[in-house]
Amino acid sequence: MSTQPRYQERELKVVGTRPLRPDGVDKVTGRARYGADISLPGQLIGKVLRSPHAHARIKSIDTSLAAALPGVKAIVTRDDFADMPEEYAAAGELTINFRDVTRNMMAREKVLYDGHPLAAVAATSESIAREALKLIRVEYEILPHVIDVIAAMQPDAPLLHEEQYTVGVNPRPARPSNLAKRLEFKLGDVEAGFSRAELIIEREFNTKPVHQGYIEPQACLASYTEDGQAELWTSTQGHFVFRAQCAKLLQMEISKIRVTPTEIGGGFGGKNNIYNEPLAIALSKKSHRPVKMVMTREEVFRATGPTSGGNVKVKLGATRAGRITAATAELSFQAGAFPGSSVAPASMCAFTRYDIPNVRVVGHDVTVNRPKVAAYRAPGAPIAAFAVESVIDEMAKKLGIDPIEFRLRNAAKEGTQTYYGPKLGAIGYIQTLEAARAHPHYSAPLGPDQGRGVATGFWFNIGNETTAALNINEDGTVALMMGTIDVAGGSRAAMAMMVAEELGIPVDRVRPHIGDTSSLGFNFITAGSRGTFAGGMACVVAAREAIEKLRSRAAGIRDVPLEAVVWKDGHACPAEDGARQFAPLSLADIARLAGKTGGPISGHAELNVQGAGPGFGAHIVDVEVDRQTGSIKILRYTAVQDVGRAIHPAYVEGQLQGGVVQGIGWALNEEYVYDADGILANPGFLDYRVPVASDLPFIDTFIVEVPNPNHPYGVRGCGEVPIIAPLAAIANAVENALGIRFCDLPLSPPKVLQGMDEAAAGGD
Amino acid sequence: MSEMRYEAPKTLAAAVALLSGAGGSARILAGGTDLLIQMRAGRIEPTLLVDIKGIAEVTSIVADGDGYRLGAAVTLMQLTEHEAFAREWPGLIDGVKFIGSIQVKGRATLGGNLCNASPAADGVPALIAADAVASIIGPAGRRQVPVAEIATGPGRNSLAIGEIVTALLLPRRPARSGDAYLRFTPRTEMDIAVVGAAVNLALDEQGFCRQARVALGAVASRALLVPEAAAALIGTRGDAAALAHLADAARAASRPIDDKRGTRQFRLRIVGVMAQRAAEIALDRARRKA
Amino acid sequence: MTKHHVSATVNGDAVEFLCDSQETLLEVLRDELRLNGTKEGCGTGDCGACSVMLDGRLVCSCLVLGVEAEGRSIETIEGMAVGRELHVLQRKFLEHAALQCGICTPGILIAARALLERKPDPTEAEVRCGLAGNLCRCTGYHKIVEAVLDAAREMRGQG
Repeated sequence: MSTQPRYQERELKVVGTRPLRPDGVDKVTGRARYGADISLPGQLIGKVLRSPHAHARIKSIDTSLAAALPGVKAIVTRDDFADMPEEYAAAGELTINFRDVTRNMMAREKVLYDGHPLAAVAATSESIAREALKLIRVEYEILPHVIDVIAAMQPDAPLLHEEQYTVGVNPRPARPSNLAKRLEFKLGDVEAGFSRAELIIEREFNTKPVHQGYIEPQACLASYTEDGQAELWTSTQGHFVFRAQCAKLLQMEISKIRVTPTEIGGGFGGKNNIYNEPLAIALSKKSHRPVKMVMTREEVFRATGPTSGGNVKVKLGATRAGRITAATAELSFQAGAFPGSSVAPASMCAFTRYDIPNVRVVGHDVTVNRPKVAAYRAPGAPIAAFAVESVIDEMAKKLGIDPIEFRLRNAAKEGTQTYYGPKLGAIGYIQTLEAARAHPHYSAPLGPDQGRGVATGFWFNIGNETTAALNINEDGTVALMMGTIDVAGGSRAAMAMMVAEELGIPVDRVRPHIGDTSSLGFNFITAGSRGTFAGGMACVVAAREAIEKLRSRAAGIRDVPLEAVVWKDGHACPAEDGARQFAPLSLADIARLAGKTGGPISGHAELNVQGAGPGFGAHIVDVEVDRQTGSIKILRYTAVQDVGRAIHPAYVEGQLQGGVVQGIGWALNEEYVYDADGILANPGFLDYRVPVASDLPFIDTFIVEVPNPNHPYGVRGCGEVPIIAPLAAIANAVENALGIRFCDLPLSPPKVLQGMDEAAAGGD
Repeated sequence: MSEMRYEAPKTLAAAVALLSGAGGSARILAGGTDLLIQMRAGRIEPTLLVDIKGIAEVTSIVADGDGYRLGAAVTLMQLTEHEAFAREWPGLIDGVKFIGSIQVKGRATLGGNLCNASPAADGVPALIAADAVASIIGPAGRRQVPVAEIATGPGRNSLAIGEIVTALLLPRRPARSGDAYLRFTPRTEMDIAVVGAAVNLALDEQGFCRQARVALGAVASRALLVPEAAAALIGTRGDAAALAHLADAARAASRPIDDKRGTRQFRLRIVGVMAQRAAEIALDRARRKA
Repeated sequence: MTKHHVSATVNGDAVEFLCDSQETLLEVLRDELRLNGTKEGCGTGDCGACSVMLDGRLVCSCLVLGVEAEGRSIETIEGMAVGRELHVLQRKFLEHAALQCGICTPGILIAARALLERKPDPTEAEVRCGLAGNLCRCTGYHKIVEAVLDAAREMRGQG
């Protein structure tokens, strides 16, 4: 097996340019096929009955009336699925437990949140399916519920899982609780560190759950045949992982399920998890017809994963000279109805921008009566960074040091020991901070009621299992098959560009395509900003394997030894030493003769890609506050980020701009609102307020390129870092405008007005 | 499964007959931008939809000596594009522009905004401030009522079974008059008003306010006319003291609730601000017409 | 249930379809006429993904009944390019990388074309307000606004 190629400085012809995306024309003409656009003859429509209660024991489910309705072809409930023991698997940045996955897919003993599935119906039309849902009789014993994370941790809180004893506590607690897990990371001696501090700041922060808000609701189509084979089309970030989960939940062999990923209408971590897919397969099996299931927007909000809301306590100590001596944080995250929040990555990210000798971070994973959380772009990191970067800002201010300078004095660099394990490799945090400080935005004048804030973010980025197959077509063009989903950031374009660069051909000669689960080996979910990093690695390895074969064929055609042939600018050429001269052969020449020289030419890669390069971002934002209404306007925004190498700079900018705007929504207006009964009050885009175009300015971007030594083109991955800093950057800007530190998100107008009132009354 | 009929009568008489015949289970379909959402959510299950958009009387804008007659089913986009009307009633257009997106305004109607009876309807406060009258036809013939009397509470209106609001009648304006509507929303567009305030006034030659009407939205179970707030303006030039009195009167008249879109406390806090800012715009518009 | 027989024009072609009273124009376009380019993001008129032109007016097709289309003219994304020739907006969206996942793109293109028909020389603020009814979660709108402004320039002959 070839080792993974490392970074090499070289002259580039394709990488770094801005060709049009291969999926572009289909997307601007309406041809692109998303989850809901796939249909099969004879298909039924599946709909899900969902809990109207936040917490209740299911006494009985009677589907007989629904089953008798003409047009209803199949109904499934908990009785149609095997119970699962505890068994853990990786899914994106978060870990899943199949005991919980099967219960989240279909409630068993209890319903645990408003929207929890109880039954699914397949009927000849959507209206019949909806009518059938109304005929299903469910008897509930309604139980007290708990929504808030701190409330859920109290000893007398309503308990979601009677057998849940906190993991990570020694000895095991005597009583079950909603605290599913406690984790702790330690470095140095924090007590000693705080004793050396000349200034200590302690603050507590709260954030609300926010939804990924992809515009395409989850949609899938399943067809189960009489010989036990299932085909599934779905909008997913990881078709191989969906296949594995469906196989497990339905007790099928993996080879009997083929998953074809459709074009994906946004995911951001929210399409890492199966919801309707196993139900559609089960309904298809029962009805002997294809079954299509498309969620409504209301279902998306009520039953698919938002990210956690969190409570974060931060304590930071520093010397007058501006050196941080110790830091602690306690993060308590809502996991939703089942354990598995993003508290672990959040804990690991909390201080990992700084070289701090003494750190302790404690994380709590807490079950509450809300939908099970899912990953959302750098899962958990924005929540942790909101807290830590707010305290960093306050510390800099109290020490009288410029906030970027303060960060520079404590910045992590190559060799910094993290508190969660490894030492950091070659990173570009310092370069990112320096670029932000030098940016004209940072020194531009501000008007009245305006403020400027800065914050930074760190994300690990990951690699994992990745495959690619590259086939040289008979005319010398290239069919590139990839197994890692292009979640629309443009990784198909980036892959084609890297392959074109390797082969020395124009990028439009490479046609990238995402293969189904039977066309390639296993690929991990597109998560952790791994698409262009890991996918690129696989494509480069596959291209280099193909080049070896091309050289060998050329050597045969020209009757020279292999060493006499080099690959240059899309041609097999004589080696530089000039020992053996021959007329160069183009890729097309060799391809045309492939049949006579040994058969078709291809390259493959089957890797578990290692060596992801962490990414850092530094954001500058200007806000204006309306002192009479508490309304915050974003006036100017600049995102600076080390991406390693921008393969396609326009798509990197797009990642930064999109991530920033999601962060702006999180900071200002987005939140899940529950009523007193634990029912979601705003399950729609009218009252779940994602930013609209008129809320925003242009989002300036500045790309820093400190190559990742572990990638042939230096790629780090860039999609997640940009959502991390906006929450704190905006809160810091509001503080700068008003002199008031806000510790609770969203920074909605009522909260801002209240804060101003309290400050005027002489409060903190 | 419930059957639903769709009818598109060409005359008001036919529409009234259809609605009357169905008892209370029929709904009028004008723009449909609220109705279709309610139907899809299963909140209502009408047996009959009577589409009134094919009836000329309800889809035309007529200006005559008495003022404007706005067909109740004129789309909001048509209304915003009527330049003469927009010059005459800029505050009403302020409200209309706030209703939904351009897409929604391409369908939604002022009659629908009124009869749907949302306390937060953006079109209604300015209509009330304008002293608009709703023209109604029904089984018992035609009648006219002030728009303030149409909504009776959230989602409830005073129309009898079979009645249709056919038009909104706006009076002629005196010289030096101006109106304005402002609302507060967390986002710049696409939101439901947390608070809305409309001010309609006329100045004398010296710039003193001679007539005024102030109406508030989203601070009670229906849009409110607040004569005390108007009184704060009348006889003044709209100076700071008058505006402060106006804000106080607006707050005093408000009876808001806590809901997902805003708290009672916050609404009380900003209703005065919105009324004051709306008054400033209305004053400015009136002065420009001097 | 009795279905309505509806005759309409879609992208210049005469079409006929059967629909229930409740069926929306969006459902008719997607399920009856197989024009899947128009997307459903919310079903409540809040996201704009289903934007189409109805007798020259920009509307959300999820808030129009199929039966209301009788005798009317509908334009969808499928009719935006003329033959091989992409509309200027389509081309500018590609050139400016103004799309990522693309699910909002058909609706935004339809809305942007309607905007430029009303305002051939819009300001940035006018573009942002004109597209406020179209949610995009990927791009932060930056490149969309740039693409629309650039398309407007070219369409005014100042390319």
